[in-house]
Amino acid sequence: MLKIKNLHASIEETEILKGIDLEVKAGEVHAIMGPNGSGKSTLSSVLAGRDEYEVTAGSVDFLGEDLLDLEAEDRARAGIFLAFQYPVEIPGVSNINFLKTAINEIREKRGEKEIAAKDFLARVKEKSKLVGLEGKFNNRSVNEGFSGGEKKRNEIFQMAMLEPKLAILDETDSGLDIDALKVVSEGVNKLKSPDNATIVITHYQRLLDYIVPDFVHVLANGKIVKTGGKELALELEEKGYDWIKQEAVKA
Amino acid sequence: MLEATVKMSNKEKFLSHFGMIDFSHDKEAFSAKRRAAEEKIEALEFPTSKTEYWKYTRINKLIREEYQLGPKELDSQIDLSVPSKNCLVFVNGYFIEELSWREAETGIAFMPLSEAKAKEESLQKHFDSLSKKEEIFSMINTAFHQDGAYLKIGKGKAATSVYYILNISAGEQPMSNPRNFIHAEAGSSAKVVMKHISANEGHSFTNQLSEIVVEKDANLEINKLQTENDQAYQVSNDEVQQAASSLFKMNTISLGGALVRNNLNLDLQGSHIESWMNGLSLLDHQQHIDHHTLIHHREPDCVSHELYKTVADDASTGVFNGKVYVHPIAQKTNAYQSNANMVLTDEASVYSKPELEIYADDVKCSHGSTTGQMDEEAIFYLRSRGIGRKKARAVLLNAFLTDLVEQIGVEHLREEVQAIIDKKYAGVV
Repeated sequence: MLKIKNLHASIEETEILKGIDLEVKAGEVHAIMGPNGSGKSTLSSVLAGRDEYEVTAGSVDFLGEDLLDLEAEDRARAGIFLAFQYPVEIPGVSNINFLKTAINEIREKRGEKEIAAKDFLARVKEKSKLVGLEGKFNNRSVNEGFSGGEKKRNEIFQMAMLEPKLAILDETDSGLDIDALKVVSEGVNKLKSPDNATIVITHYQRLLDYIVPDFVHVLANGKIVKTGGKELALELEEKGYDWIKQEAVKA
Repeated sequence: MLEATVKMSNKEKFLSHFGMIDFSHDKEAFSAKRRAAEEKIEALEFPTSKTEYWKYTRINKLIREEYQLGPKELDSQIDLSVPSKNCLVFVNGYFIEELSWREAETGIAFMPLSEAKAKEESLQKHFDSLSKKEEIFSMINTAFHQDGAYLKIGKGKAATSVYYILNISAGEQPMSNPRNFIHAEAGSSAKVVMKHISANEGHSFTNQLSEIVVEKDANLEINKLQTENDQAYQVSNDEVQQAASSLFKMNTISLGGALVRNNLNLDLQGSHIESWMNGLSLLDHQQHIDHHTLIHHREPDCVSHELYKTVADDASTGVFNGKVYVHPIAQKTNAYQSNANMVLTDEASVYSKPELEIYADDVKCSHGSTTGQMDEEAIFYLRSRGIGRKKARAVLLNAFLTDLVEQIGVEHLREEVQAIIDKKYAGVV
């Protein structure tokens, strides 16, 4: 589904990603872990299409398309979803109108008709249950005045509504208490299918107790320095990141 | 002969355009007011860049332009349909009977001012009592106004019709001085729409003055829609006097015009008054729109709300200057003022100047002014959900303007304004 090859990216002339190689197949969950400043958020930003980052080398193939060639909105339409670390507040735009506009834009680009009001509302009702919202946020402005936990639940709700092929969860666990973490994780797990894939970006292992990854990659200094199974996350939790950095230096 | 020609001043040249209007139909009481205003003009000068009240708005190009009194007819087909049983149409300041229509409601008088001057006894007493005698454009209007709308809603009457007043500029370089008088008697209520439209291309100058009297317990909403062409000039003075327990709302929607200056002055002369001043300006190209508001809180226990928003695109300029004056006895005044501006390009600019003068000690007054660009983070957030860049901008602009659109109490007009916003920014939510 996603093939990243030798990806280099910079912001304001500073190189952050220094050659990333990663392949994600349908049905898989990949965790990307790493210390602060290792390039985790840069990777998610580059994949989502933020303009501030310049890709200096490498390629990203998504379902046979050159992802780096697409505008951010076209990536979303192709099936990429980024759950933001810091979801943006948009006063004056109701959550429900926002989602309806997004769904209809995506449908329009695929040459489909606008979603019927009845179908849309049924979908809202069904999907909002996944994250324990039951339509609670519908008429509130997008993320405005939401608590940290509410914002993250709203991200997963949007993900459920948009049904992406590849979801990238950027530090979704940050700022969540254990109850909210469970709700969010359960939501993500319920959305898992053999046809979609998930990349979980996190600093801590605790989220991976709930969203169990097939692969764990350790990112340090702009490169993936170690890849393993879910047990690698536990090892990191126990020993910290220093041993990995040392290993990387030796190698 | 050549050498002897005295160069006329800008003012003389400007005023010479009005020389040929025949005002002999006015009753003596009204003619006397014209003469008094002409005398005032003698001593007044056009504002310059040194005049504080006009600091951000240079009117040189406006007063140096060549104008003529426009034709008393429409030479082109334009859509005048409005969803109302009452609409007075003025072309270049003149009343056009055959384009207007009226369906009388009992207790409500709606007619051209020229007719009201002959028929309406109470007008003699009130006419020109609210205009600012030191303001040159007001005095020019008083001296040289051709016609305008007169609306009186009788005591306790609730108008069922929305009253429309259309002012149209037509022909080459026309200049007009429309003069309106709106009188909501005690306990009455009404909604009014004033539209300014161009049926021509090129320059025009409209110097409008409205006197608005809102008596005790009356409820009046005026919506002013300015959609003239991109070379039109307009100066507009709206003088409002409110009595105790009345409610007045003015929505000024400024979309067209090269240079537009709106002066809205509210005088709150009783207690328990509620006032709303709203302004929505969508500017592009070289447009320059200047809103000056002044509200006098003279008695205790009144509430005023003011909300002005501007979206400035291209190389346009917006000005907001809102002054709130709370007199010493006006305790328990609540005055809220907010000005928010969105500047879409590096060339566009907005000047915002809130002024509070408070001489009472037990009041709640607040003002806020924000000017910023479109929130790029929010745009990226919308794009990351599949919404295109253009649509994302439209969504955010709509969100920015929605509270003002909701202030418009005339449904058809609200829909019209929403449609204009949607078309202008090419998107709908």
